[in-house]
Amino acid sequence: MNLVIDIAVTHVRSRLRQTLVGLLGVAMGVGFSVMMASLMEGSQRDFVSQLVDSLPHITMNDERRSPPRQPAEDAFDTIAISGLRTPETRPGIKNPYAIMAELEGWLNGAVAPSVETRAVIRYAGRDTAASVIGVDPRRERYVSKLPTQVRGGDLDALYKSSNAIIIGDKLAQKIGARIGNTIALASGRGEVMSCTVVALFHSGIAQSDETQAYTLIKTAQILAGQTGIINAMRIRVADIMQAMSVAGRIEAQTGYKSVSWQEANEDLLSAFEIRNFIMYTVVGAILLVASFGTYNIISTITHEKTRDIAILKSLGFTEGTVRRIFLIEALLIGLAGTVLGWVLGYALCSLLGTIEFKSPFMDATHLPLYYTPKHYALAALVALTASAIAGYLPARKAARQHPVEIIRGAS
Amino acid sequence: MTANAGASPVIALKSVTKTIGDGVVTTLVRDIDMSIFPGEFVSITGPSGSGKSSLLYLLGLLDVPSSGDVFIQGQPVNKLDERARAHMRLSLIGFVFQFHFLLPEFTALANVMLPMRALAELDQHAMQERARTLLASLGLHDHMNKLPGQLSGGQRQRVAIARALANTPKVILADEPTGNLDSKSSEQVLAIFRRLVDETGSAIVMVTHDLELAERADRHVRIVDGRIV
Repeated sequence: MNLVIDIAVTHVRSRLRQTLVGLLGVAMGVGFSVMMASLMEGSQRDFVSQLVDSLPHITMNDERRSPPRQPAEDAFDTIAISGLRTPETRPGIKNPYAIMAELEGWLNGAVAPSVETRAVIRYAGRDTAASVIGVDPRRERYVSKLPTQVRGGDLDALYKSSNAIIIGDKLAQKIGARIGNTIALASGRGEVMSCTVVALFHSGIAQSDETQAYTLIKTAQILAGQTGIINAMRIRVADIMQAMSVAGRIEAQTGYKSVSWQEANEDLLSAFEIRNFIMYTVVGAILLVASFGTYNIISTITHEKTRDIAILKSLGFTEGTVRRIFLIEALLIGLAGTVLGWVLGYALCSLLGTIEFKSPFMDATHLPLYYTPKHYALAALVALTASAIAGYLPARKAARQHPVEIIRGAS
Repeated sequence: MTANAGASPVIALKSVTKTIGDGVVTTLVRDIDMSIFPGEFVSITGPSGSGKSSLLYLLGLLDVPSSGDVFIQGQPVNKLDERARAHMRLSLIGFVFQFHFLLPEFTALANVMLPMRALAELDQHAMQERARTLLASLGLHDHMNKLPGQLSGGQRQRVAIARALANTPKVILADEPTGNLDSKSSEQVLAIFRRLVDETGSAIVMVTHDLELAERADRHVRIVDGRIV
């Protein structure tokens, strides 16, 4: 074995109790960091995947980012516009099926048409506002997870009776409706339509389950009072991270506002960024505290080994060699602590994974944890860097000691 | 010294002075001229604080003079950097201190091998063989694998001597090597030194309080208030 490593290993091994304390300090730091990171990223990923997977990745609707230019704006340099009428109905997407065909030509994913309208649902004397979405069941299965979220039937049940409707389970609970009941839907224009509840759905997102209902496109069109209208396209892409750029391309191509899941949840994602910053700060702080333990131990060993330093230097060891010995001691503690910390972190994660957890907002029954080598590598990197710094300072001090002063002090 | 007439000194000091302190300056050794020749056994005596050990540390490149020059085998070493001085110490000089100064976690054999491993001129097997031979020649056949804590004072000092001899130094500098030993062990150490001088041709410089031991060296240097008298 290399002499420097041999001396370092012997020092560390001969002070077993101190070494163990330092090692446990690092191990705890690494272990808890891994657990924290796994928990934080796990919950974030779980939340995002619930959010992203249960809904289409991109929604294109009949709005435009900026209002269309008035003909007068093109004709004159300066104009004043007033008294414009607000349209009572939504304009709808022009030539929706041609647009769909065009998108399907290049899009790595799927497109489905839909009609979005609002209505008041009435049942047994209870009223509640809801968002009614008309979908094409044959296409819908390719753009959202709605077919898998349907309870007490399937999405094709919409074909089984005229004016069939699938409502959120929480919405059903709220109004007291069950499968087979006939509920009334009142549109904004005052028209009332009777619909039969053919199934319920449960997306796991409380807001959807409480306020949404699905019908066939035709039913939603009748409710909106606009036959033949398609006012939204639901789009799913193969690579969810590409959703934003795909949405941009669709918008550039069609002129219609296309909102990717990232844009729709911008606030949430920026909140996650802050959360991540906090997480890494906490993780860094844990490891920093652990590194103080290493510093303390290397300082103590250095202090106790003052005489040995004098011996080594009198024998002809250079300052650099002496520094390396103590630096390696710190790294050995850091390395062993890191490995132990990995085991501890994995064990803590496994333990947390067994704890049952019920959230009013999510369906998760267990704490969501995310396992990735990145967390382990990151914790190791910080722990080893902290150990190296913690070891370097006393090592430098040790190497600078003048052997004569130590020998004089000892004699 | 007569035996070395005409030989070049292993170590030579020319007008060497060593002072310490910034405000209140203390002079440890004053204007010393001294040469140590191969195969010479020199003893240095003097009252406590007279500068004996300081002189030894200057001879052994553990300390640098405030003024004057130190030569090792004719080469001036004052301006050498820390690394070069360390290498010179490792390959040319062996130290024996009053307190054995062995590494407590290493066996006698491992302690003797330390300087050889640091110099890295021999392979592992050759180093081990040489360390065994040295320890055996000092009567430590049965103690090679013992830790310093398991050895008596005299045995530890002999291990320290074996370590000092590991890299076949040109000079051995011993600072009160018998200061912590009983008379029997002191005699043994002195006999070993004498044998080394006669058999290997290495020079030995021994600082001691014991005048009787000092008189048995080839040359006896007495130092008072940092000056050779």
